[in-house]
Amino acid sequence: MNILSNELWSFNLEMAYLLAATLFFICLKLLSSPKTARLGNLLGALGMVLAVVVTFLQNKSGAMMPVSLSLVLGSVLGVYSANKVKMTAMPQMVAIFNGFGGVASVLVALAECWRFYFNQHLAPGSLFVVSSWFSIVVGAITFTGSMVAFLKLQELMSGRPILLRGQRIFTALLVLVTAVALFWLVRSPSDIEAFIWLAIIASVLGILLVLPIGGADMPVVISLLNSYSGLAAMAAGFVVKSNLLIIAGALVGASGVILTRLMCKAMNRSLMNVVFGAFGGADIVTSNDEEKPIKELMPLDAAMLLKSAGKVIVVPGYGLAVSQAQRNLREICDELKALGVHISYAIHPVAGRMPGHMNVLLAEANIPYDELFDLDQINTEFETADVAIIIGANDVVNPSARTDRNSPLFGMPILNADKARSVIVLKRGRGRGFAGIENPLFCGSNAGVVYGDAKQSLIKVSNALKEV
Amino acid sequence: MASFSIGELSIALYVLVLAVFIGFEVISKVPTMLHTPLMSGSNAISGIILLGALVVAFDNESLVASICSYIAIFFATINVVGGFLVTDRMLGMFRIKTKAGQR
Repeated sequence: MNILSNELWSFNLEMAYLLAATLFFICLKLLSSPKTARLGNLLGALGMVLAVVVTFLQNKSGAMMPVSLSLVLGSVLGVYSANKVKMTAMPQMVAIFNGFGGVASVLVALAECWRFYFNQHLAPGSLFVVSSWFSIVVGAITFTGSMVAFLKLQELMSGRPILLRGQRIFTALLVLVTAVALFWLVRSPSDIEAFIWLAIIASVLGILLVLPIGGADMPVVISLLNSYSGLAAMAAGFVVKSNLLIIAGALVGASGVILTRLMCKAMNRSLMNVVFGAFGGADIVTSNDEEKPIKELMPLDAAMLLKSAGKVIVVPGYGLAVSQAQRNLREICDELKALGVHISYAIHPVAGRMPGHMNVLLAEANIPYDELFDLDQINTEFETADVAIIIGANDVVNPSARTDRNSPLFGMPILNADKARSVIVLKRGRGRGFAGIENPLFCGSNAGVVYGDAKQSLIKVSNALKEV
Repeated sequence: MASFSIGELSIALYVLVLAVFIGFEVISKVPTMLHTPLMSGSNAISGIILLGALVVAFDNESLVASICSYIAIFFATINVVGGFLVTDRMLGMFRIKTKAGQR
C-alpha cells in the first residue's frame, strides 16, 4: 500500500513537471504576437515557479538554509539587474545570463560526479559519463565564452578580434584533448580529478573561441551561446534524470539555433566563417582612390525635404541608439505625421547588437510597433518612397552588397534605401562604417549627408521643421 | 539515484526529439520584432538548470557536492528571475498606438 502511494506521489510530481513543460511551450507559442507575448512570458514564469515548488516537495535530506539563502541572493540580484539594465545593454545582459546558466550546468554535473566519487559503491554508467561530459564541456564553454562576449559588448575590452600567434593550433589541441577525455572518463568514471580538469580545459576553450570574434559578429555569438546554455541544461537533464530539463533545454537550444541561422543569413556569412574568420581583423584595402564628392546637407534642407514628402521611410541603425536619439526621432516623426506624411521604419536584422534589438530600442521610445517593418516586408517600398532617412546606419544600406563582387559585403541582404527619390543620411563622422567598408550610397546623386551626432542633428532638424 | 535505465533512456530520447521538433516549429513563428524578448525569455527558461541544482542540493551526502549545488542555485536563480523580469519589462514597451500624454 505504501509502495503504491509512493508511486502515485511520484506520478503526481511528474504530472506537475509535465504541466510546467506545457507552460513553457505555451509561453513560446504566445511569443508569436506582440499582443499575447507578455501573457506568454508570465505563463513561462509560472511554469518555472511550479517546477521549483514541486522540486522543493521532493526534499529528502538537504539543508534548507543554504538553499534558501542562494535562492534569495540570486533573486535579489536578478530583480536588481532586470530593473536597472538599459535597453542598449540588453546584449550584454543576455550574454552574462547565458554564462550564469552555463556555469550552473557545469556545477550540477560536477556535483553529481562528486557524489559517485564520494560514494564508491554507486557505479556511474556510461550514459552518466557521456551526459556529464557534454554538460561540463558545453556549460564551461558557454560560461567563459559569454564572459568574453560580455566584456567585449560592455567595451571593457577591445571589440577587435584577438588572435594570438599559434592560437588556432592551441585551440585545436584543446578540442582534441576534450574529445579524448570522453574516452578516458568512460573507462574510469570515478576519476573526479579528470572531470575537474575537463571543466578547466573547456573554460579555456570558451575564452579562446570567442576572443577571435569581432564586435560586429557578437549578435551571432550571443545567439549561439544562448543555444549552448540550453544544450548544457538539456545534457544536465540526462545527468539528474529530469525530463523537464531535457524539454526546456531542447527548446532553448532550438531557439538559439534558429536565431543564429537568421543572424548569419542577415550578414551573409556562414557560421564557420563567423567562428573562425576573425572578420574585421585585417584592414580592408579600398579599391578606388578617386572618391566621389559627398553632398553635405544643412538641417534646414533636410527639414524641407521631409516636409514636402508624402512617404518617408526611416532606416535606424545602431548609431541612433548610441546617441540615445530614439525619442527625438519619434518627435520628428510625430510632427511629420501631423502634417500628413506617411512614416514607416525599415529594420534590418542586424540593425542592433542582437536579434530584434532595434525593435526594442524603438518600442522603448514609444514608437508603435505597427510602423516597424523588417527587410522582406519593406524592401519594395523604397522605390515609391520620397525620402529615405538613414540614421546611424551604414553597412546595412550599402548598395555595393548588391553590385560590387569585390566588396566584403557582397551578397549580404541590404535595405534598398538608395532606390528612394531622395536619401538623407545622418552620420557622425566622415569615416567608414563598423566594418570599415566604403559606402557608395553616400555619394549618390540623390543623397545628402547631415554630419554630426545623431541626437544633435535630429534636434536641429526638428527645430528647422518648426520654422519652415 | 543512479542514471536512467535503458527503458527510461529511450523515453527520454523520445522526449528530446519531440521537444526539438516542437521547439523549431513554435519558435520559427516568432516574428523578428520579438527576437530580443524571445532570447531573454528562452534564456530564462534555460535557467531550468535551477531544478537540477535543487535536486542535487536536496539529495547528496558530500559537502563539496552541496557547495557546488548552492553556487549553481545562486547563478541559475539570477538567470531565471532576471530573465523573466527583463522580458516582461521589454514586452511592456511594445504598443500599437502612441497614447497621448505618454512620455
